Amino acid sequence: MAIDIPRIPLGDGIEGGLDFLTSHYSNVTRGISSVTQTGISALNDGLMWLPEWALMAIIALICWRVANLRLGIGAVLGLALIWNLELWNPMIETLTLVVIATAVAVVIALPFGVLAAISDRFYSVIMPVLDFMQTMPAFVYLIPAIPFFGIGSVSAIFATVIFSMPPAIRFTTLGIRQVPNDLIEAADAFGATRTQKLIKIQFPLSLPTIMAGINQTIMLALSMVVIAAMIGADGLGSEVWRAIQRLRPGDGFEAGIAVVILAMLLDRITQALRKPKKKAS
Amino acid sequence: MTETDETNIKIQVRGLSKVFGSQPKKALELRNQGKKRPEILEKTGQTLGLSNIDFDVREGELLVIMGLSGSGKSTLIRCLNRLIEPTEGDIVIDGQNIPKLSEKELLECRRRHFSMVFQNFALFPHKTVQENAEYGLEVRGVEKKSRVESARNSLKQVGLDGWEDAYPSQLSGGMQQRVGLARALANDSTVMLMDEAFSALDPLIRKDMQQELIELQHRMKKTTIFITHDLDEAISIGDRIILLKDGEVVQMGTPEDILTRPADDYVARFVEGVDMSRIFTANSAMRSVRATARDSDGPRTVLRKMSEHGLDSIYVIDRDRTLLGIVSVDDVDAAAKAGKDTINELIQNDFPKAGPDEPMNNLFAMFNEKSYPIAIVDDNQRLLGVVVKGAVLEKLAEAGEH
Ligand SMILES: Nc1ncnc2c1ncn2[C@@H]1O[C@H](COP(=O)(O)OP(=O)(O)OP(=O)(O)O)[C@@H](O)[C@H]1O
Ligand SMILES: [Mg+2]
Repeated sequence: MAIDIPRIPLGDGIEGGLDFLTSHYSNVTRGISSVTQTGISALNDGLMWLPEWALMAIIALICWRVANLRLGIGAVLGLALIWNLELWNPMIETLTLVVIATAVAVVIALPFGVLAAISDRFYSVIMPVLDFMQTMPAFVYLIPAIPFFGIGSVSAIFATVIFSMPPAIRFTTLGIRQVPNDLIEAADAFGATRTQKLIKIQFPLSLPTIMAGINQTIMLALSMVVIAAMIGADGLGSEVWRAIQRLRPGDGFEAGIAVVILAMLLDRITQALRKPKKKAS
Repeated sequence: MTETDETNIKIQVRGLSKVFGSQPKKALELRNQGKKRPEILEKTGQTLGLSNIDFDVREGELLVIMGLSGSGKSTLIRCLNRLIEPTEGDIVIDGQNIPKLSEKELLECRRRHFSMVFQNFALFPHKTVQENAEYGLEVRGVEKKSRVESARNSLKQVGLDGWEDAYPSQLSGGMQQRVGLARALANDSTVMLMDEAFSALDPLIRKDMQQELIELQHRMKKTTIFITHDLDEAISIGDRIILLKDGEVVQMGTPEDILTRPADDYVARFVEGVDMSRIFTANSAMRSVRATARDSDGPRTVLRKMSEHGLDSIYVIDRDRTLLGIVSVDDVDAAAKAGKDTINELIQNDFPKAGPDEPMNNLFAMFNEKSYPIAIVDDNQRLLGVVVKGAVLEKLAEAGEH
């Protein structure tokens, strides 16, 4: 006698909810969409407008200043290769998406991270949510993005922000909680307000940790932006996608190598920012 | 306790208690039944950090709070500025009752009245020495120009001019604590709280810092509450000392009071443990006897021995070196003039005498107005040597240097 437990209509429920959101909040989503699209286009056009050598020089200079000359030279060689492979424009498109997605993710993550650091209750609520966000297969986020924002870069940004935000929140919380208690006590003893403590003590002291989180967020964003080619995001990902569809492994690898170069540059730059060089000798 | 001068009281602490734990009421109830800390902890799991503390802090004094580890010193000082919330009691500073203040009033109160120096310095590693010293003023919203000036001034006070742009990690421990001191001074609060401020420093630097603090304190007349578990430190810097034990005040008074009239065994042991003069015994200051008289000697022989060695009194011994007494030059001279041939009737017994293990601080009280040297004898009353006043003073001075 089999007990007939009806299948829980979890998927239907989620779909219903998403339908409700898309139909009732289409104004909101359309608004977000157009703002984001404008941002993407502006940054993209700006970066495209620069001649290749100029952007190369700027990136190399940044690498040199924040890290060392070796990374600067590496940047020139890597970017030159991308240019030579005629992947410059897709690379810029990918970079644009990564920069914007990271910026949005960090702007959202910081207050959440701070809140989780201050409030134990909020901490216990948000941590499982973050686990959920991080373990959910990345491209699942792509699906609901489409009804909200349609095919294209905005959906890619949306999915990327959600996917890449958790480390920034986690590390912000960790960093702030790691500030030694005696320093907080010292600040308290002198009559610092909560905001003063946060801005002048906790935040600067947790900056290296927060930067480590941002570094991870950037790496996750890059991987997601490439995957987002499946829903029509431009960039290196769509080069790979096209290569797959046309069965041209060579093209695929070229685009893949460009992604690796971009990843390494972004990683090294943010790593270097993490360990600020001692100002005084 | 009678306070002679009520007007000069800066902080009044009355009935202050602190219970660590979730059921403070229960712990205080037991306390009111006369139970002590260990029993309360066992019965309720609550730690009675402070119990019914009363004291006054006088304007401009340097008050030392002393006690063994765990006696509640830090708890007490942290209750004053409410880094720890007191469980009950009043802390009145300039008419404000601190435990009753709202959060906003508390901030104001901390800014105006308290600055703190910490045992482990607690300097902000991302700020320069200058910025650290400015911190209290920055928090208060003092404009940049005047806070730079005050910070510079206080850094100069503690001898750190020229180090403004360094980071704390570049300084030695002693210098870091000077920054801590400068940070507290620059703030120009009315009370300075120092929790084992010098304990992390090595002994020589610690001495310097104590000296410096005393000078600063005399110069600025800043009310200071200083915590230490070191009696030497307490005695050398404190105007008054409060001794805590298991969260209760066991004695309160001047350093002299505590040293000479310990309130109970606990204080006495504290004092004993640190008083260096007790560690030195008569043995260490004893000198060999330059000359002794024999009981069989005639007055003329004794006179010659005394003049030979420049003595005006001489100890008399028998054949076994057993000490019989002392004779003075005047008596012997008179006997010689009278033609006596024995000194036996001249021997006096009112001379100071001690064993070789007698603690030094006891010896000092033994010198009488005749200033005979102290005779040091063994168990069989044999004369081992003498201790003169100068040697005791010398040893005590030596002890004081530690
Ligand atoms: N947050 C706390 N929770 C529970 N018990 C505490 C807490 N803080 C202090 N205590 C207890 O209160 C008692 C007094 O501690 P306190 O730190 O005031 O001692 P202290 O005299 O400063 O000692 P030390 O010389 O070691 O610094 C100790 O028994 C300690 O274990
Ligand atoms: Mg302590």
